[in-house]
Parts: sequence; structure tokens; C-alpha cells
Amino acid sequence: MTGWCERQRNILDVALASLRRRRGKNLSLLVVYSLTVFLGASVMFYSAGLKREARLLLSAAPELVVQRLSAGRHDLIPVAYAEGIRTIRGVGTVAPRLWGYYYDAVYGANYTVQVPTLPPPAGEIVIGPGIARLRKVAAGDLLPFLSYRREDLLLQVREILPAESELVSTDLLLLAEADFRALFSFPSGVATDLTVTVRNPQEVATVARKIVERFPDTRPILREEMQATYAAVFDWRGGLLLVLFGVVLLAFIIFAWDKAAGLSAEERREIGILKGIGWETGDILTLKFWEGTSISLTAFLLGTLLAYVHVFLLQAPLLAATLKGWAVLYPDFRLVSRIDAFQLTVLFVLTVIPYTVATLVPSWRAATIDPDSVMRD
Amino acid sequence: MILEPGILALILLSLITSGTILYALRHIVPILYAWDLKSGSEGQLQLERRTYLLSTLLTWAFVAELTSLLLLVYTAENLHERFTGAMCAAGVFNLNAFGYPALLLKLGNFLLAGCWLVLNRADNSARDYPLIRGKYLFLLVLTVPLLAEGVVLGLYLLNLQPDVITSCCGSLFGSRAVGLGSELAVWPMRPLGLVLLLAYVLNLGSGSFVLRKGRGSYLFALSGLLVLFLGISAILSFVAPYFYELPSHHCPFCLLKADYGYVGYLLCGGLLVGATAAAAVGVLQPFATRPSLRQIIPALQRRAVWLGLTLFTLCFLVATLRIITTDFTLFG
Repeated sequence: MTGWCERQRNILDVALASLRRRRGKNLSLLVVYSLTVFLGASVMFYSAGLKREARLLLSAAPELVVQRLSAGRHDLIPVAYAEGIRTIRGVGTVAPRLWGYYYDAVYGANYTVQVPTLPPPAGEIVIGPGIARLRKVAAGDLLPFLSYRREDLLLQVREILPAESELVSTDLLLLAEADFRALFSFPSGVATDLTVTVRNPQEVATVARKIVERFPDTRPILREEMQATYAAVFDWRGGLLLVLFGVVLLAFIIFAWDKAAGLSAEERREIGILKGIGWETGDILTLKFWEGTSISLTAFLLGTLLAYVHVFLLQAPLLAATLKGWAVLYPDFRLVSRIDAFQLTVLFVLTVIPYTVATLVPSWRAATIDPDSVMRD
Repeated sequence: MILEPGILALILLSLITSGTILYALRHIVPILYAWDLKSGSEGQLQLERRTYLLSTLLTWAFVAELTSLLLLVYTAENLHERFTGAMCAAGVFNLNAFGYPALLLKLGNFLLAGCWLVLNRADNSARDYPLIRGKYLFLLVLTVPLLAEGVVLGLYLLNLQPDVITSCCGSLFGSRAVGLGSELAVWPMRPLGLVLLLAYVLNLGSGSFVLRKGRGSYLFALSGLLVLFLGISAILSFVAPYFYELPSHHCPFCLLKADYGYVGYLLCGGLLVGATAAAAVGVLQPFATRPSLRQIIPALQRRAVWLGLTLFTLCFLVATLRIITTDFTLFG
């Protein structure tokens, strides 16, 4: 075993020296290879991060949300509908929800305003960490708002929400019902929508059907539908980019094949001399294996590191516009940085394996060069 | 089809493996027909050179095949949240008719590909290509299940429909379900445990015999395969319930979750790799008398025996430790 290791170490030494001798050619390969890994890794890390955030967000969503439609558009729903829905067999609780968006003209940001189940006392608010950062406030400070009647509304910050998952809480503003209605001049007797719990989870679809039968101007939305829609949106966007990445990968493989196949006269002479002094075909193949592995591992490491910095530290400036899309509602949403072994394995399979396969045949051609013919040339 | 990185990687691996096998087939037939080591003709020289390429290509393809089993299981586990009704990988494999056949073919091919790699190793270690015909004939046989796996896996992955409602592992491996998994899950604990213990002792005994006397390879290989089959049955029947502490939950896939310390990878992986090592000892045996392999094969066999015995023992220790230490018991 020690002998085997020593032998591999020596061949690796020769491989590294050989790579150093053709610095220009190998550096250009390394740059293109790293960029390919970087692209693939960025798409994977970013779409996985978005999906993770969306899943976290939706796991706490109500089983069923009922909205009212007016001419096909979302409209305010009369609270009286809740009574009617409650009488449907299988329905647990029905609760009206008050929520909306407040545009802060001074800072150019949108806040999600909501009256929670356990609202803070009137005159006080609970805000997300993003708003706290933006408005530079802490618990106990007063925050001014401009109501729809152009009146000032001063609300005291009761507490700042913990930043467990930024996507959920960054732009959230929780307040009392009276303050909500005052802020938006919201008419009484209506709500934004209704949340419905169903006693038997398997009957959610049946309950939804009954609600539409009884109130034809409503639209029930199931939690599964929301989850599937989010997953589909992020998958579709990520998948689209991955397919484009496939084209990049193909171009890279052709490039790598070309680099590996185009042996210079000097390289041919080197291999000829090695074989002349007793190296066997198998040894030359091992040499080529170590050359490829050194380049692959360096490029993989570099590309992954760059993608990590790009996605988690810089928030993916190259991809955000395409992948995040309408989720930009959030003024400052940062992905929680997390990479798992599965993502790295998949990335390895998608980048290093095609490169290795593309360079195997050229390596073999190089390894089976006749020493005498090379030296005679 | 779902555009998921894991699925794309599996399809890519499957295409590479199948493509390599087809490419190799084209060059194997001339080797099987015209190979003559005594000849110094140009044709023979070409064939000898070609064997280096084939050996390297196939080694890579089979290593890819081995890793793709892990990737398949992990991808299925990762995807379960996407499908209504699936609680773990069991439900994801059940999404269409090709899921479980693809998994079973992959498991079988893991065993066969592992044996081929060991055979190839023995051949490459000797100077005179003693196993060239044997290993390429074996490869011809291997082609059928490997290509079948590529097709079935492709059908499975391309036909994943996100709106299909699948079954959870509770109903797939429950006592009222139909199928091989549920049949194995209801095997009684005491007789099964006893037979498994006997098979393990037989494997241990024959393994020590191979190590000391160099004989008993076939018995070691057979008992190793028996340990694999009985071990998987035991996981379904009683080992899994001990880990879950639930008498009705027999799913082998939930053991792969972080909640149970990924112990499923150790148990199933250990059994599979151990059985592959044991099978390889048997596969090498017919060639042990060839002059150039007299030193090489016994050394390889000894290493395989050590690997097999170590892994089986590790699996036994982990399962037994759990059964002994948990408060839960299946003995009423």
C-alpha cells in the first residue's frame, strides 16, 4: 500500500510539473472550467435557496384561503361570508384576515401590513428586521405613517421580529385592527380574505368545492396549490437556466476535448521519452488521470467558492433578476447560506464527470503513442 | 418531467454509462474473436492498445454506476416533499410503474459492476492479460441489465408527473399492502433473526477458512449473498421498527433520513458492499489456478474477505446495539 501511494505521488509530481510547463494552455482551461462550474453552482445554490425559503414560508400558511372575486379580480370579502362557510360540514374555524401593502414613499419600499391573530395593542406595532434596518429604529421608537386620508399616524415599535428566515419577516408590519382600518381607510364589515381550517385534511378539496357552490363569487386557494405553484415557479426558472447551462457545458466539453486532443510536438516528444525510458501505457494513462484530476479539483473548488460568494454574500446579482422575479417585494431579503453534500455531488456529476469522459479518449491516444516514431520525428 | 439538478445528473450519468457500454461493445467482439497474445501482428498490437482504453472507460463507467445508486436514492428522498402523499423516497419510487424496477435493476447492477471491477483489477495486475476473454464475456452478459436499467430509469424519470397522488411508506410496507416489500415486512422476527444469524456465522466461518487455508470461496460468496437477502428482509421485518420504535412502521427509506442519523445508508450500504465483496471472492475463484494469477488472486480475495466481514459485522453490531439499548420491544 505504501509503495502504491509513493508511486502515485511520484506520478502526480510529474503531472504537476508537466502542467506547469504549459502554463498558458492550462490556465486558460482552468479559467473556462471554473467559470462553467461557477455558473452551474450559482443556479443550483440560488434556486435551492429560494425554494427552501418558500417552503419555510408556506409551511405555516393556512390550509385554505378564500378570496372574493369581482370581475375576475381580487376584491374585499364581506365578513358575513365567514358565517356561511362555518356551517359547511367539516369546516373547523373561519377567520377573516386583514392585510395589504403600504408603500413608503420616503424610502421607496413596500411593507406587508397585517393584523395578526394576537395583535399588538392599538397604537403599537411589531416590525420585521428589514424595516428596522431601513428606518433605523429600535423597540420603543415611534414610526410615522401617512394614512390614505393624508393624516399622520404615529405608531410605537413594540418589538422587532427575530430574523429566523429573512424572507418571512423582513418587510412585515404587524398592527392592531383599528390602526389597520385607520391607515388604509378600510371599510368595516369586510376583510382582505378568509382563512379556513378543515378538521380532516383529506377533505380540504371537498370543502373548497362546497364553498364555491355556495358562494360563486369566491375563489378558494389550497395550501398545496400554493406550495406547488411556488415550487413550479422556482423549478421552471431554475430549470430554464440549467438547460441553458447545458449548452454552456456542451461548449465547454468541446473546448476541453479540443485542448486534450491537440497535443503539441513537445508533449508528444515528452510522452515518447517517458515511454522510451520504461514508462508503460498504463503509467501514462495514470499521469493523464492526475493531470485531469488536478485541473478538475482546482476548477471545482474555485467555481464553487466563487458561486458561494456570488449567491450568499453578494445575493446573486447575475441571477436575481431572472430567478427571483416578482418576489422582489422584499426590500432586503438575504438567503440563509447553506450548501449540502447532495448539491455538491450533483454539481460534481454535472461538471467534472463530463469533462473526465471527454478527455479519456484523447488521453488514451496520447498514451499509446509509439516512442520510436515520436523520437524519429 | 421535473427539471431538478438531481434528475438531470442521473440522466447524464445513465447516458454516459450506456454510451460507454455501447462503445465498448463495438470493440469487444474483435477482441473476443481475434485475441492471440503469441502473435506480434499489427492487428494484435492494436487490440492490446485498445484494451487500455476499454479498461479505463469501463472502470469510470462502473464507478459512475456505483455512485449513481446513492444519487438515485438521495434524489428520491429529496423529492418527496414535491408529491402529494409521499413521506419519503418510498412514495417517490411508487410514482409510476418504473420506479421500483429501476431501483432493483440498479441494486443488481451494483453487485455485478462491483464484481466486474474486481475482475478487471486482477486482469490489469497480471502481465499477460489472463482474464481478457473472461472479463469481456462477463461484460457481454452485463450489457443486458445495464442497458435495461438505462431505459427503465429514463422512463421513470421522464414520466414523473407532479400531480400524481402517491402512497406513503406506511401503506407500501404495511401489513395490508401487496408486493414484495410488504411480504418481506411481515416475516416473523424470531425465525428470520435465527436464520440470518446462522447465515452470518456461516459467512464468518467460511471467510476465516478462506483467509487461513485459501479454500471455501464459493461458500463465502453464497453465504454473503444470503446475508444480503436475509439482512434486507430483517431490516423490513424488525430492524426498522426498532429504530422507529413503532411496531407498524417497516419502511427502509425513512432510515435514510437525518432523524435517524442516516443509519439506513450504513445498514443497506454496508450489506450491499459487503455482499459485492463476497460475490467477487467467488467470481475470482475459477481463475485462481492460472499461472500469472497465482499470487494476485489470493491476495485480492483476502482483501475482499476482510472488507465483507468487516462491513457485515459493523451492520450486525449497529442493529443489535439498537435492539438491545432501546426501551421498545417487539416481544409481547
